[in-house]
Amino acid sequence: MTLPESPTRPAPLVRLLLSGLLAAVLLTLVTGLAYPLLTTAVAGILFPSQAGGSLSTRNGQVIGSAVLGQNFTSPKYLHGRPSMTAKTDGSGPEPYNAENSGASNWGPTNVKLAEAVRERVAAVRRENGLSAGTPVPVDLVTASGSGLDPDITLAGALLQVQRIARARGLSPAQVEGVIRAHITPRQLGILGEPRVNVLAVNLALDSMP
Amino acid sequence: MASALLQFTLLLAVMAALVVPVGNWLYGVLTSERHTAPERLTYRLLGVDPTERMTWKRYGLVLVVSNLVLLLFAYLLLRLQGLLPWNPAGLRAQAPDLAWNTVVSFMTNTNWQAYSGEQSLSYFSQMAVITTFMFTSAATGFAAAAAFMRGLAGRDGTNLGNFWVDLTRIIYRVFLPLSFVLALVFVWQGMPQTLSPSVNATTLEGATQRIALGPVATLESIKHLGTNGGGFFGMNAAHPFENPTPLTNALHILSMLLLPSALTYTFGRMLGNLRQGWVIFGSMLVMFVGFLATVYSFEQAGNPILSRLGADQTLSAMQAGGNMEGKEVRFGIAQTALFATTTTAATTGSVDSMHDSYTGLGGLVPMTQMMLNNVFGGKGVGFINFVQYLVLGVFIAGLMVGRTPEFLGKKIEAREIKLTMLALLAHPLSILGFTALAVTLPSALSSLNNPGPHGFSEILYAYTSGTANNGSAFAGLGANTPFYNLTIGLAMLIGRYLTLLPMLAVAGLLAAKRRVPVSSGTLPTDTALFGGLTVFVILIVGALTFLPALTLGPVADHLQMLKGVVLK
Repeated sequence: MTLPESPTRPAPLVRLLLSGLLAAVLLTLVTGLAYPLLTTAVAGILFPSQAGGSLSTRNGQVIGSAVLGQNFTSPKYLHGRPSMTAKTDGSGPEPYNAENSGASNWGPTNVKLAEAVRERVAAVRRENGLSAGTPVPVDLVTASGSGLDPDITLAGALLQVQRIARARGLSPAQVEGVIRAHITPRQLGILGEPRVNVLAVNLALDSMP
Repeated sequence: MASALLQFTLLLAVMAALVVPVGNWLYGVLTSERHTAPERLTYRLLGVDPTERMTWKRYGLVLVVSNLVLLLFAYLLLRLQGLLPWNPAGLRAQAPDLAWNTVVSFMTNTNWQAYSGEQSLSYFSQMAVITTFMFTSAATGFAAAAAFMRGLAGRDGTNLGNFWVDLTRIIYRVFLPLSFVLALVFVWQGMPQTLSPSVNATTLEGATQRIALGPVATLESIKHLGTNGGGFFGMNAAHPFENPTPLTNALHILSMLLLPSALTYTFGRMLGNLRQGWVIFGSMLVMFVGFLATVYSFEQAGNPILSRLGADQTLSAMQAGGNMEGKEVRFGIAQTALFATTTTAATTGSVDSMHDSYTGLGGLVPMTQMMLNNVFGGKGVGFINFVQYLVLGVFIAGLMVGRTPEFLGKKIEAREIKLTMLALLAHPLSILGFTALAVTLPSALSSLNNPGPHGFSEILYAYTSGTANNGSAFAGLGANTPFYNLTIGLAMLIGRYLTLLPMLAVAGLLAAKRRVPVSSGTLPTDTALFGGLTVFVILIVGALTFLPALTLGPVADHLQMLKGVVLK
C-alpha cells in the first residue's frame, strides 16, 4: 500500500493492525472505563439521590423511585396508565416491572389494540361510576412507551376524584385539592406537558390524617 | 397547538443559534496544527505518526482496519461477559449471532438493538463495549466527514488529513468534555449513574418492584452527542431513567442536532465560502420542518378507531390528547413528534415513544427520513449523503443546460458520477432487497407483531433503519432471530461502508483535479435556487425509489385506520 504521493512512508499493514489493537484497548480504557467511573464518582458527590435512582423511602423502607411509575389497583389510590411490561422471565404480564421495560408495539389497526382499549374504557367507566358513552381521557386507556410512565394528565386524575374520595371517606374537594397541589407544570414554563405524578399524589393521600 | 409551536420554535432557534459558534469550534479542532499533551501521548502509545498526510485510499484503509480490530475486540468482550467484572445480575454472554449483530450495530453507529439492555448486558459491557463504541463510531463518522470536506475544499492537493489525529481530537476535545458536562446535567434531572445492583422496592400496595439501575447518564450523553441511539434500557429514551423530564428530552434533541447542523458551517469555512454552508443548512432545515409538521399533525389528530371506542383524544387545557399508545405523558405529542423527527433526521435511532404504534402516516415520516438519509444526518455521514445529492443535482442541472457539470470549481466526470451512483443505489438496494427477501420467507414473517400492511411496515422499517445506520425500530418485530440478526447486520455494513468509501473516493478524485475558473457557464451552487433544486432532486429520487413500498405499508395502513378497519 505504498502511495508515492504521500510524503511520509505509510506504515505496513502489520503495524497498522497493531496500532488498531492498541487504539481499541486505549479507547476502551479512556472512554469505556475512566470516563464513566469518574462521572459516577462526581455525580455521586453532587447529586447522590438522583445518581442512585431517586429512590423514595417511607419508614426506612424503599417504596419506589420518584421518577418511575408503579402499579396501583386499589380504589383508594390514584391509578396510573396501563402498562405492558412483562415478568422478567417473560412468562406473563407484570405491569410496571422496573427491570424489564416494555410496550405493546401494536399498530393503529391491530385488533389487539382495539380490544384492549375497549376493555380499559369499560373498566374506567365501571370503577368510577361513569355512564356509558362518557369519553375517557386517552392516557388512561393506552399503554405508555416505557411501561413505567410515572404521570397521568390532569383530565385523567380529576376523573378519579369521586372514587378515591368515597374509598377514603374524604370529601371530593379534599382529594381534588391534593391532586391540584401535585400538578407538575411545563418545565421552564414551556417544555413538555402539565401532568400529575401518580406516586406523589398517593403518598400525599396516605399521609392525610 | 400554541404551546407545541412555541416548543418547536424555541428548540430550532437554539439549534440555529449554536451553528456558528460550534461550527467555528469544530473548524478549529479539525484544522489546528497544535497537538495537546494527551494527544501526543496517545500517538506515541499507538505508534502512529501524527504528521502523516493521507490520501483517500490510505485514509479509508486506516479507517476500515481500525474499525475491524475494534469490532473483534468488542466481540470478544461481549462473549466473555460472564467472566468480566461489574455484572451484579450475573448475566450470561450474548449468543454468537446476537453478539455479532450487537457489535456490528454499534460499530456502524446504527445502534440497532436485538436485545434489551437491562436483560442482556452487564454494567461492564454497557460501559466498556457500548459506551466505547458510542465514542469511536461517532468519531469515525465525523473523521470521514472531515476528510471528505478537505478533499472537496482541495486546499492541500490529495491530502485528506490524518485519521488517527481526527479520531483522537474529536474524542478528546469534543466528545469527552461535552459528554461529561451533559451527563452531570442528566443526573441532576433524575438519571441514575451508579454501579450498585438493582433495588427491591415495596410499593404502596405492598407488591415488590425490582428497579434496574446502572451507569445510565454517561451512556445517554454520548448516545445523543454522537447520534448513536442505543439505549441503556429496552424502551430507550421513553424509559424515565433515560429521559426523566421534558428538559432532558429537549437536551437529547438538541445534542443530536448540535454537531450535524454545525458541520454545515464548518464546511463553509473550509471551502472559504460560508454561503455554501448556509445553503446546505437551509435545505436540510426546510425538509426537517416539513417532516416535523407531518408527524405532529397525524399523531395529534389521533386514531379514529380509539375515538369510536370511547377514548377522548382531543387537545384541551386538561390533556395533550392525540395518539398516546406507546407515548409518555410528560412529553405529550409535541415533544414526541420533535424527538421522532430528530432521531431519524440525525440518524440517531433512539426513541422516546414507540414508532410501531404511530398512525400510518405518522410512522411514514421516520421511515422516509431514513430512506432519504440526509436531513442533517448523523456524525458526518448524513452530510456526506447530502453532498452526494449536491453532486447529483449539479449533474442533472448540467444535463438540462447541456454543459459539463462543475462542483466547487472541479469538473464532475464519469468516474465521480459512477461512484456517487454506487453510493446512492446501494442504499435502496439493501432496503428493498432484504425486505423483499424477508417477506417471502415464512420463518421471517413469523416474527411479526402486527397483521396486514402494518406488519409489512415492520419489516420495511427494520431494513431501512439498519441500512440508514439509524437503529430505531418498529419494535414489535421479534428481530432477535439468526435470520434478522444476520441480514440486518449485513444491511448495516452495506449502509455504512458502501456510502462512506465511494464518497471518500469522490472527494479524493476531486481533490486531485485542477480547479477550473468560474465562467458565465458555471452553475453557482451556493444559492437558494440551487438549494431548492437539490431538495427536489432528493425528494424525487426518494419518491421514485420508495413510494411503491411506502404505499404497501404505511399509506395502506393509514387508509385502513381512517376507514375503521381492524385486523386480526
